[in-house]
Formats: sequence, C-alpha cells, structure tokens
Amino acid sequence: MLALIPLLPLFAALFAGFFGRRVPRGWSHWVCCAAVGISFVLSAYALYKVVFLWPALGIQAEVVTLYTWLDLGSTKLTIGFLIDPLSALMMVVVTLVSFLVHVYTIGYMKDDPGYARFFSYIAFFTFSMLMLVMSDNFLQMFFGWEGVGLASYLLIGFWYTRPSATKAGMKAFLMNRVGDFGFIVGIGLLFAALGTLNFGEIFARVDELKGLEVSLWPGLEWSLLTVACIGLFVGAMGKSAQVPLHTWLPDSMEGPTPISALIHAATMVTAGIFMVARMSPVFEGSDAALSFMIIIGATTAISMALLGLVQNDIKRVVAYSTLSQLGYMTVALGASAYSAAIFHLMTHAFFKALLFLAAGSVIIALHHEQDLRKMGGLRHRMPITYWTALIGAWALVGLPPFSGFFSKEPIIEAARFAEVAGHTYAYWALTLGVFLTACYTFRMIFLAFHGEPRYGETSHGSHKSHKAHKAAHKEHHEQPKESPWVVTVPLIVLAVCSVFAGILFVQPVLFGDYFGAAIRGDYVAHPAMAVLHAEWRGIISYLLHAFLTPPLWLALAGIATAWYFTLVAPKAAGRLTHGLGAVFGVFKNHFYIDAFYERVMVRGTHSAASWFVRGGERFWSEGVLVQGTARLVHWGAQSLRYLQTGYLYHYAFAMVLGLLVLITLWGRN
Amino acid sequence: MPVLSLLIWLPIIAGVAVLLLQRVDGGRPSRWLANATAWLAFFIAAYVLCRFQSASAAMQFSERAMWIPYFGIEYSLGIDGLSVLFIGMNALITLLVIAAQKADSKGSYLAALLITSGLTYGAFSARDAVLFYIFFEAMLIPMYLAIGVFGGPQRKYATTKFFLYTLFGSLFMLLALFYLYGVSQTFSMQAWHHLPLSLYMQLILFGAFFMAFAVKTPMWPLHAWAPDAYVEAPTGAAIMLASTKIGAYGFLRLLLPIVPDAAQVLAPWMIALSLLAVIYFGFVALAQTDLKRLIAYSSVAHMGLVTLGFFLFNAVALKGAVLLMVSNALVVAALFFCADALKTRMGDCRLNDCGGIVNAMPWLATLLVFFAMANIGLPGTSGFVGEFLVILGAVGYQLGVGLLAATVVVVGAAYTLWMVRRLVFGPVTHPSVSALTDLGMRERLLLSVLAAAMLGFGLWPQVLLGMADASITQLLAHMALSKL
Repeated sequence: MLALIPLLPLFAALFAGFFGRRVPRGWSHWVCCAAVGISFVLSAYALYKVVFLWPALGIQAEVVTLYTWLDLGSTKLTIGFLIDPLSALMMVVVTLVSFLVHVYTIGYMKDDPGYARFFSYIAFFTFSMLMLVMSDNFLQMFFGWEGVGLASYLLIGFWYTRPSATKAGMKAFLMNRVGDFGFIVGIGLLFAALGTLNFGEIFARVDELKGLEVSLWPGLEWSLLTVACIGLFVGAMGKSAQVPLHTWLPDSMEGPTPISALIHAATMVTAGIFMVARMSPVFEGSDAALSFMIIIGATTAISMALLGLVQNDIKRVVAYSTLSQLGYMTVALGASAYSAAIFHLMTHAFFKALLFLAAGSVIIALHHEQDLRKMGGLRHRMPITYWTALIGAWALVGLPPFSGFFSKEPIIEAARFAEVAGHTYAYWALTLGVFLTACYTFRMIFLAFHGEPRYGETSHGSHKSHKAHKAAHKEHHEQPKESPWVVTVPLIVLAVCSVFAGILFVQPVLFGDYFGAAIRGDYVAHPAMAVLHAEWRGIISYLLHAFLTPPLWLALAGIATAWYFTLVAPKAAGRLTHGLGAVFGVFKNHFYIDAFYERVMVRGTHSAASWFVRGGERFWSEGVLVQGTARLVHWGAQSLRYLQTGYLYHYAFAMVLGLLVLITLWGRN
Repeated sequence: MPVLSLLIWLPIIAGVAVLLLQRVDGGRPSRWLANATAWLAFFIAAYVLCRFQSASAAMQFSERAMWIPYFGIEYSLGIDGLSVLFIGMNALITLLVIAAQKADSKGSYLAALLITSGLTYGAFSARDAVLFYIFFEAMLIPMYLAIGVFGGPQRKYATTKFFLYTLFGSLFMLLALFYLYGVSQTFSMQAWHHLPLSLYMQLILFGAFFMAFAVKTPMWPLHAWAPDAYVEAPTGAAIMLASTKIGAYGFLRLLLPIVPDAAQVLAPWMIALSLLAVIYFGFVALAQTDLKRLIAYSSVAHMGLVTLGFFLFNAVALKGAVLLMVSNALVVAALFFCADALKTRMGDCRLNDCGGIVNAMPWLATLLVFFAMANIGLPGTSGFVGEFLVILGAVGYQLGVGLLAATVVVVGAAYTLWMVRRLVFGPVTHPSVSALTDLGMRERLLLSVLAAAMLGFGLWPQVLLGMADASITQLLAHMALSKL
C-alpha cells in the first residue's frame, strides 16, 4: 500500500502524458487530481499510524524494501521506503500542497494548449518528490532528487517557445547539477568509508566515521565527516537555492505560477533542508559543517530579503522571500535545531504556496500582468484573494498567532543559543531579516491590493507573449474580478493551514517528542534545542513572551515602514532610492552575482571550450599528431628515396662497405 | 550445437549473399535477406543470453578445433560474463541498424554492416589470441568500405585516418601476441592469464596492448580518428562503430589480466589520461555546432569514465565501467538515430541554425529529451548506473580523483542541455524547421525500443550486472595476484 502513494501519481503522469492529447481535456485533470488526492489520503493515514498507533506498539520506523536495484556483492542497493515521523510529515505536506495545486491548475491553465502535458509533469513531480522523502537510502533519494530536478526543468521551460523560459530551465538544471557534484562526492565519501548507502546502516555506524580522515590531496588531510557533510550540503545548496547557488530560483519564475507555488516554494526547494534533517546523525558529527551551514543560511536569509525589497514583479518578490526563508531553515539546521527547520518547512509550505497562488490569482485577473506598479486597489475586486493573501503575509512575517510566528521565532532563538561558530552573525542577520521580511511582504500587499488602481494604465506592449494573449485583448477593459472556485478553494484551504498549523502543532512537533529517533541531535555539544525546550512554558506564555522580544516589534516596524513608503508617501520611496542610488543599483543587479556568472563563468567556460577545440583538437591532435606524423613519414620517405638511386655501383659500394663492417665486428669477437 | 559459430558466420555468409543479390530485382531480396538475418541473429543471441549461466565465471558455449597445429592456433570460442553483455548488445544494435534502413539503401552497405556484425560477434567470443586478432582487424575492412563508399563529403580523409590509426595500433598488439606465444608456446588467452612475466616485460606488453585498445576505445591522445569517422560515417556504420565497445573490451580481456602488475604500476597515468578525457572531451563537446560531432565527443568523454573505472582496481568502479559501456552503446545509438532523423529531413544538423524542432516534431523532441537525460546520467536511466558507480569508486580511491571524475555531472549536463536548448526548444527560427514532418512509425518504434532499454536497465541494472558479476569478480581477483 505504501508503494501506491508514489506510484499513483506516476501512473497518472503516464496517463496524462501519453493519452492526454487523445482523450477529452477533463480526463487529464480528473485522473491526476484523483491520484494525488488518494496519495494524500494514504499519506494522512500513514501519519495517523505514526502518531497514534505506533507509540503504543513501540514502533519507531517502518522499512519496506521493494526490490534490489543492484547487488554489488559487498552491499545491496535497494529501492524501498522508510516511514517514520519525518517522512510521514513530509508526505502529508507534499501531497496536500500538490493536491491543492492540481485543483488550482484546472483554473489557472484552462486555456493553455499544453494542459495535459502540464498535468503530466506535475504528477510526475509529485511522484519524484514522494520517492525522495520516502526513501530509505541515498540511491533512491538521489533518484527522487534528480527526478524533481527534471520536473522543475521541464516546467520552468514549459512555454518552450519563450527563449527566456528555456534558458531559465537550463540554468536551474545546471546550477542544481553544480550542487549535485557536491552531493555525489558526499555520498561517495560515506560509501567509501562505510560501504553502504542505506540510511539505517549509516546511522548505526556513524561513530566509525569519527576520527577518519581523508586526504584532499596527498598531504592535506581533513576530517572525512566534515568533507562528506559539506559535500552533501553543497547538494542541498543547489536544490534549496542557498547563496551562491541561488540565482536559478528567481529565474524559475518564468514557469507557470502553479509550479512556482508547488515546486519553487513549497516542496522541491525544501528537499535540501529535508535531506540535511534526514542526515542529522551524520551532520551532528561535524561542527565545521554546521558552522558552514549557519553562515551560508544567514547570508542567504539577509541578502535575499534585501533583494526582495526592490523587486517589482509580484512573483519575484515572493521568490526572493522564498530564498530568504530557506536561509532561515538552513540556519536552523546549522544550529542543530532540525525539528525547527522541518517545522518552518511545513508552515512555509502552506503560507508560501498560498502567497504564490494568490499572486497567480491576481495575475490571471489582470490578464498576465505581473508588475506590482500596474496593480493596486484590488482588495475590493478580489476579496477572497485579498484576505487569503493577507493571512499568508501575516504568517510569513511571523505575527502571532499565525503559523509563521511559531516556526520562525524558535529558529531565531536557536541561532542565539547555538554554540557553533557564526551563530551570533546568524542571530543578528535573522533578527534584521524579520524587519526586511515585513517590509517587502507588505510592500507587495499594499501595492497590489491597496491604494488607487493602476491597472487601467497597462499598455498593450507589456503583455507577456502568452497563449492567453488574445483572451486578454478581448476582456482588456473589463474590471478584474475574483477567480473561480477551483482557484479560491485551494487559497482558502491553505489560508486555514497557515493560520492553524503553527498553534496546533508547535507543542508536539517542536517541543514534544514527535520526531523521536527520526531526528537525532547531540544536545550536549549543540544545546540550542535543549535550551528552547527548557524555556518552553506552553503556548500562551510563548505568545506573551513574543511581546518582550525584538522580532515582533521589528515586524510591526517593517509593516509600518512599508505602509509609509507605499501608501502614505510614495514619493518618499522614490527620493530614498534616488538618494541611495549606488546601493539600490547593487540590489537591482542582484549583487552582480548573475552578471558574474554570466560574464566570468559562462563566458569563461565557452572560451575554455573553444580554446580546447583550437589548441587541443585542431592544433595538437589534428595538426601535430595526425598531420605531423604524416609529414614526418613523408619526409622520411623522401629522405630514404635518395638511398634508392638505382645505380649499380652505389649498391655495390654499400655492399662492400657493409661487408667490411660486419667482418670487423665479427673479427673482434 | 555450435551456437557461437552460427552467430558469427550467419551474418558473414548472409552478408556475402546480400552482396551477390544486390542487383537482383531492385535489391529487394537482398534487403529482405539482411533483415531476416538480423532477426535470426537476434534470436540466437537471445537464446545465448537466456541459456547463459550467470552464476559461473567459466567460459560457456565453448567450441574448440585445431586450426593451425604447427603454431598451436585454435579455432576456440567461448563467452563469459565479460563478453555476454556485448554479444547481446551487438545483436540488438545490428537489428536496429538493419531495420532502420530505408528502401533505397544499397545492398553492399547492408552487406558491410552484416559482415561487421558477424566479425564483432567473433571478436567478443574468441578465446584464441590469433583468432581474436583476426576478427579485431577484419572488422576494419567492411567498416572502411562502409564509410569510404557511403560516407559524408570528407569521407576519404576520415577513412584514411581511421584505417591508419587502427592498423597502426593493432600492429603493436600483434607483436605482443607473438612475444607471448614465444614465451608460452600457446595462443590461448586464458593460459596467458597465468603466465609469469617480469615487470619490465609487462610494461612493454602493456604499451603494445595499450596502443591497440586505446586507439580503438578511443582514449586521449589517440582519438583523432574517432570524431571524423563518426561524423563522416553513414548512420548505421557510425552506430556500429561507436556502439561496439571492442576497444574497452580488449582492456578487460587481454591487457588487465595478462599484465596486471604493469597495470598497477601505470594506473596513476591511466587514471590521469582518463580524467583528462572526461574533462577535455566534455569541454570540446561544449564547443561543437554539429550534432553528430557533439555526440561523438560526448561518447568519447564517457569512455574516459569507463577507462577510469578499469584502472581504479575497485570492484564498484569496475562494475560501473562495464555497465557504462553497455549504456553508452545504447545512448550513442539512440542519439545518432535522432541525428539521422534530422539530417534526412533537413540535410544538415547544425545546432545553431535549426531551433525549435519541438514545434514541428514533438515525437522526436520528446525522445531526444529523454536520450539527453540518459546521456546526462539521470537516475532511472541506464546512463546513471555506470556513471554513479565509477564516481563512487573514484571518490573511494582518492578524493581528488573523485572530484575530477564528478565534474562529468556538471560538464555532461552543460553540453547536453545546451544542445537540447538550441535544437529542441525555442521558437522556429529557420523556415525549413516548420516544414519538418515528425517521426514515422518505424522510427518511433526503433527509438522507443532504445528508450525502453535505457529505462529498464536504469530501473533494474541488476539484470545486466547479474550476468557479468561472476566474471568481473574473477577478473578483479586475478588482477590482484602478482605475476612477477
């Protein structure tokens, strides 16, 4: 039955992919929605078992092996599932968000000619993501890992006639591959040391790794655990878009909005976080790796929040916000607060999917207008979208008692109490990040939903070259209206989750014993979670306590700032940008990281490639080795030709000379 | 029943018959005969694979007869786990290549392909060194003719280079065989596996074998013939040439077991050459503008990983290398078929000129993206298995080697995806692209067979490894024994 959870979406994907164009449109979405829906129900049942049935039986985890993929003699690489509190939670989050996005897609993509293809891709994505989270070994995890990457590549480039979309897809794939480079090396190191890829065996034998060293190069030794963990984390940096491997995520917004919500906010990008949490027993062994994570995470959190401030594309604001929140989760991992990272992952999945879907709702209402400067005043036109988006924004900012508060506050606290190097930097970065989060989030809300409508001013040229282009022309001068129920119902469900997921689950998941043995921290060496546990006095006091800590006030200050600069004195914002021109230039250019990749890395690679062709292939191989040899032979033959003169006396002379030499040599012996 | 002899001589004799029949009735009987032969050989090979005892590392289906008693040269055939996979692969590739031929293809071309196929079976099943050498060398002749007569505009230059390189390499091997005969008074390769040899002599023999197999594999810097030959060859011949992993097989069959100590001593150099091939050819592939040439370099880059797997002296890596050989044969064949489908329609496959074929040829686009993913080594495709295992082995050998080997993950993806982006996606830029017709039923079927094989071996590689495992394990154990 467990196998059905991932396989149902796979079958649905195959159906929509192969037969989608031959059967009526409706079949694709019915089959895919039903498959993912059943997967959700089965996942929920698995979670129910984990939470309510297993403790009585004393079961910690269930391992199901499907088949042996490869028998290497020394070890068997198998395909199988590991169901424990961690994977059960992820399965429910993935299938729930995926199901809602499937439903939403019915409305969002209804005029698209690639309707069936889209459903096929997102169902395939769901399959891969489930294979990833349910895996009990690195091999299958890598399968899911690359499977979601493929789905992401295909979906970003979904509108394949747009060069920008196909470029963004390729960029996402390649950047993820840079991460995979580290991931595969990390896996290889663990395999080399332990001879297995199975999680259970690795965790049981993790102590053997301590003290092992690996030479980066003969003579330069380093702790194997540290190198392996950093390798694995580099993989997570690619998938979870951490600085400096983050630039693919904003560009991935080229894809249709439902997948921005599902893949590039709620699920796939959190795979890296999940993987590190899954590997918690291994990461606990390396302070250097934890420190590396906390610094990378904090840098991502703060720098991406800064960039979120200056975006004008509504989806890009949410995308930078996702990057920043992923940074928060990474900090939690670095602080050994794995459960806090997973908890934030869950609440973030709800409120971020909500914000993306709400943004999508606005985008379709405005006929594919994504520029915040051309929105405004939509709250009366789209009340459901407005209120749900507002709930998402509150949750994102972390106002109590919304879910984001319960998940973000512990991360900031954990960063404070962590003892690995860099935790102070992380604490201040995250605290300041709260202010910035409130600023960019409410800047978006105010610009889109409040103030005077500015959408009437849209010029025809600003439309994206999209299939709905014609429809846009027809309805162009109609007023935007609320989206159909297939769009609003997912919004409402997600809004409900965003409100209650925190307050309901914070006690068991974060401060209870929900995860049990699924997440293992060394609370002596890395005490952050232990300190939080000790300070926990129940939900009410936690809520009250919030008024005494800076994040809440910073969040409110951020909202006020956004309100002042967008609604009260919009001109002041212009003056500010003008006054800080140089700084804003840096922000507008994303810290020039993209430019660096484009100018140095990509061009450098191309020049290296053409140099290899010219120097290596044409000059050396073709010129020296082939032509050179040919010339040498030719020259040799030419020279030797002079020996064959055809004159008898030359030959006779040579014979006599040779005979003399031979006799001399012979005579000496 | 002498199954292996049947497998070898059936295509060769049928090839001669095809040649004789080519002018009869517009060539229809010759094409029919070629197809029937390919099918029959396929079924015989399938029979061999089914009856093959996977658990045993011993030679199976053995046939022995004295051939030239004076020198002790025997007509001795047999297959073990190392060769059985390639017997199957050769049967599949031959069948697809022959079945893909259009109604206007020449009988002499089909004959060349069939004869090459028969000789390939021979090379993979020979147990006598002279027999092996003869098959190995004889393959050159039909291939030379296939490229030289039916090839592209630069075929003359390409064939000359191909012929001279390969011949030059194998001459060294011939000398090595004579020397070994001189020492052992036998041409049995298995007897040579246990022949004690001084390190000095082993190093010289290593050099001789290396010249032959490194040219054929090909390895850097002896590869210059390969891209030209692949590009200029007609599609069927190019596929036969690139998918027949006889060069790499030579390492497994002769070089590693006969001179294991020299291989140990020279392993660092071989590893360096292999890594160089992986990275260098990856970059060179990135700069290609011709689809076939890109595929050629991609194949050669992957062969770098294969030879890397040979010289790490590590079970995981060696198994990975063998699986990668099989996968690469499939992927290269599939990509060359795709290139052919484009070339027959457009007359050219310059990447920069024809974009957006997905708009006109959705079937080709879908399959090409799938093959690209197999080339990248996406898990779930056969390309992943070997690549992953070789990298695991390399990391275990030395972290630095592992890091360099793992660059294939990025570089391979870079040139493959860039190719896909330029060719498949984007708006139609060239007027001839919009006029393209999608794949026909036969082409779809052919490519789907390859896709299914890649997917099947990717999801369950144990099928392949199970057959080869015992022999690989034995080879490793043998390589660990010193012959000094």
